[in-house]
Amino acid sequence: MALQIAKRLLHRRTTNEIFTAARSPTVGLFSSLDRNYSSSSSNLIRATLFPGDGIGPEIAESVKQVFTAAEIPIEWEEHFVGTEVDPRTQSFLTWESLESVRRNKVGLKGPMATPIGKGHRSLNLTLRKELNLYANVRPCYSLPGYKTRYDDVNLVTIRENTEGEYSGLEHQVVRGVVESLKIITRQASLRVAEYAFYYAKTHGRERVSAVHKANIMQKTDGLFLKCCREVAEKYPEIKYEEVVIDNCCMMLVKNPTLFDVLVMPNLYGDIISDLCAGLIGGLGLTPSLNIGEGGIALAEAVHGSAPDIAGKNLANPTALLLSAVSMLHHLDLNEKADKIQDAVLKTIAEGRYRTGDLGGTSTTSEFTNAIIDHL
Amino acid sequence: MGFESSNCKIFKKKLEASSLKFPTTMMLSISKSVITKFCSERIAKYAFEYAYLNNRKTVTAVHKANIMKLADGLFLESCREIASRYPSIKYNEIIVDNCCMQLVSKPEQFDVMVTPNLYGNLVANTAAGIAGGTGVMPGGNVGADHAVFEQGASAGNVGKQKFVERKTANPVALLLSSAMMLRHLQFPSFADRLENSVKRVILEGKYRTKDLGGNSTTQEVIDAVIANLE
Repeated sequence: MALQIAKRLLHRRTTNEIFTAARSPTVGLFSSLDRNYSSSSSNLIRATLFPGDGIGPEIAESVKQVFTAAEIPIEWEEHFVGTEVDPRTQSFLTWESLESVRRNKVGLKGPMATPIGKGHRSLNLTLRKELNLYANVRPCYSLPGYKTRYDDVNLVTIRENTEGEYSGLEHQVVRGVVESLKIITRQASLRVAEYAFYYAKTHGRERVSAVHKANIMQKTDGLFLKCCREVAEKYPEIKYEEVVIDNCCMMLVKNPTLFDVLVMPNLYGDIISDLCAGLIGGLGLTPSLNIGEGGIALAEAVHGSAPDIAGKNLANPTALLLSAVSMLHHLDLNEKADKIQDAVLKTIAEGRYRTGDLGGTSTTSEFTNAIIDHL
Repeated sequence: MGFESSNCKIFKKKLEASSLKFPTTMMLSISKSVITKFCSERIAKYAFEYAYLNNRKTVTAVHKANIMKLADGLFLESCREIASRYPSIKYNEIIVDNCCMQLVSKPEQFDVMVTPNLYGNLVANTAAGIAGGTGVMPGGNVGADHAVFEQGASAGNVGKQKFVERKTANPVALLLSSAMMLRHLQFPSFADRLENSVKRVILEGKYRTKDLGGNSTTQEVIDAVIANLE
């Protein structure tokens, strides 16, 4: 297990050196170093933080403590979900919050429970639409020490997040017959394919697999594949393959080590990314990063707000911490990111301090302190 | 790694197309998915009837109605209607992404699953992977007048020349599908004999094809099954 971590570290360090030496033009589109970060005079990077609801504030506190202990140059700008609908955004998220993310270009979001009611959009949908978050990236790797039926999982799922089957265009033709439209555009497919290959290159990944069902949906998934192929030609050093979704599912549950980076349209991405989360232990441990136009990155914890354990110091901050780590990778703060990731993995691997959902009895604060000790 | 005690059956609607194509430009492509009450009811009825006749306890509808509210909403409505006619069978619903996550961690919670076309394919293949692969999963396609039985999940290995040459294809899936066919034809005792023999051969472990971790040929497995028939 330690060998796994060491391997991953070495690989990433050496490839980063090679890539920073020779940057391709597309790198400028996504690289955060080329951006002007709104920073205060002490050269800190400002990042928006949405603690969220339920266990959100506790785990956000955990992240802040770990970051302070690790001396990460990030200054948090906290925003909370309001209790009234903001007419400018049609939801509980205020315009100021969204502007903050647009300005800072980077953010971290805890779990948000959309209040039930009418007349407003879901919070996640608001964020996605307003910030144009087009790719959802989930690195899935087995946590050494937390045993699932699959060891050695080390893949990344990149899901197109704006169109496809989830375009929301449905209508009833006659009573008893409903049609649902699936939209695939060249622009969106190219965008997500570009990001997938860029991610593969900057993170030292060797292969990108496009998941599709083009044998049946020849035009829609065919267009998606065409775009992926176009982008693949620009990255000859990265292997590209195409996998039918059925085959992909089967292979994932039989031998997940066969996959490296997966890029997919919306529906398959939704299902496969959750499937991969299941392989490593569930949503409570899975990091997630959303990429938007203009280099915006919003890391988020994809688990729920767990209102039943809110405020009791029992929540597991792993998902939010690992999401924050992927945010740091996006900011090219790779050494710091690896430091925190190692500390988290070591704490879980040791087994002495684990929260309830991992089968232990520690509180959030004990777990956090153990991570800080391991830094 | 293995999943013991996962024993679920998956039904998916095969008739409705997720493939109605539109003329497209280079920039945009649209595909239509059609869900009808008639077909949804039909598959739900088959699922519940199957569960009832085979002493299954739960039927789970797999859907994505939180996003595709009208289409999968209609599917769920039909399932709920049919469920009310079978009070002895438990009915629940699960969103497809959660379903896949549960399948890879706790597949034993599922019994009979009914899904629309696309998810059915995914779920069936995921379940096949958990159960041991395409080589062991039986399947059948049932219509109003006819029924065709074949391997339950395909993973692109069909028609590969090297399996033909090396004679190492796994016959278990097709044998179990034939047992399903016998059951459909109402020959339950024959079906039982065939199934038990196949199960015994696999359990013994002496004759297994490559995909199950052994190195027997197809013929050796078949001979073993015949030898084990009572």
